[in-house]
Amino acid sequence: MEYMGIERDRLHMSWVSSAEATKFIDVVTRVTEAVRALGPNQHFVKQKAKVA
Amino acid sequence: MSGYTEKMRDIAGRLLKECAVDMVIGFRKGTMPMMNEPCFVTKPEDVQSLVWDSNCGINLANYLANRKEKIAIFAKGCDSRNIVTHITENKIERDQLHIVGVPCTGMIDKRKITGMVAGEILEVSETENTIKVKTSDAETLLDKKDVLQQNCALCIHRNPVIHDEMVADPVQEQTDIDRYAEIHKIEEMETEDKWRFFDDLLSPCIRCYACRNACPLCYCPTCFVDESKPQWVGKGQDPIDVRTFHLLRAYHCAGRCTDCGACERACPVGINMRLLTRKLEKDCQEQFGWEAGLSPDQRPALDVYKANDPEAFIK
Repeated sequence: MEYMGIERDRLHMSWVSSAEATKFIDVVTRVTEAVRALGPNQHFVKQKAKVA
Repeated sequence: MSGYTEKMRDIAGRLLKECAVDMVIGFRKGTMPMMNEPCFVTKPEDVQSLVWDSNCGINLANYLANRKEKIAIFAKGCDSRNIVTHITENKIERDQLHIVGVPCTGMIDKRKITGMVAGEILEVSETENTIKVKTSDAETLLDKKDVLQQNCALCIHRNPVIHDEMVADPVQEQTDIDRYAEIHKIEEMETEDKWRFFDDLLSPCIRCYACRNACPLCYCPTCFVDESKPQWVGKGQDPIDVRTFHLLRAYHCAGRCTDCGACERACPVGINMRLLTRKLEKDCQEQFGWEAGLSPDQRPALDVYKANDPEAFIK
């Protein structure tokens, strides 16, 4: 995805077990922070179809 | 390579006469220059239609998936690797196949040649190292190595990796080739430039799916782009849908693609979608030391777990 032009911090991947609540919180916090820093996604946004 | 033709007819005739196989898959002359087409021979008297030259770029492994009969197939290096992939993925049994290996010195790029001469091409003939192109006004002699398909110029597996018999002695493999120079260049671009680069690359796409149909790996009964319940991706030419299609198609080929170039060859608008599949090929090789289709005894990279698999992307 990065190769195609998606920012490095926009896509995250993690393994969290259902027993790892603390890790879950930690991951979510880090992901939200990273993505918020990047701002709204400009790519993979579909414009409304142009109608005449 | 055009010298193989006679030998191939002999082999096909022999196999069909002996009833060793029910069908031979090879090539016959197309109706236009540089457009050989796949040919399925079932009767010994029809073997004369078989030909071989530098226009046999279509990947014949594409016609093997789910076949039930005994088949003889002519296989170049890349075809043979796709046959191995088919065997590994249970799309065909090894016992059903009689693989006739064809050492390959590369296929020529019809688009490149058309661009190099003026006027309509009437006839193309070849010797070992040259290609002679005849148009209504002139005859041009081209060096074969200048007009190879790009994937053939970068090929490091010209000889079949699996075969029951060979049409000729193996050819010399190319060494000292940087297969990924272009990929490195894209990797070094800024994020926004990458996005624009692929926007430009894919903008001519008309969603005809010729790349998918030519690809031996794309054998799903219903492709994700054709499904409507649920509809995974829009069916029009919206740039996002086009990109989604190409991105996902490439991912479906991850660790399986042999860079046979069938997709690019089939594309009516000349998109080099191999820039996507080759990136995945490169990653597979760098991270898992895996090259697709080299031996039926190896399990594919996405099929095995090793304790030392790279996992830096998991946070």
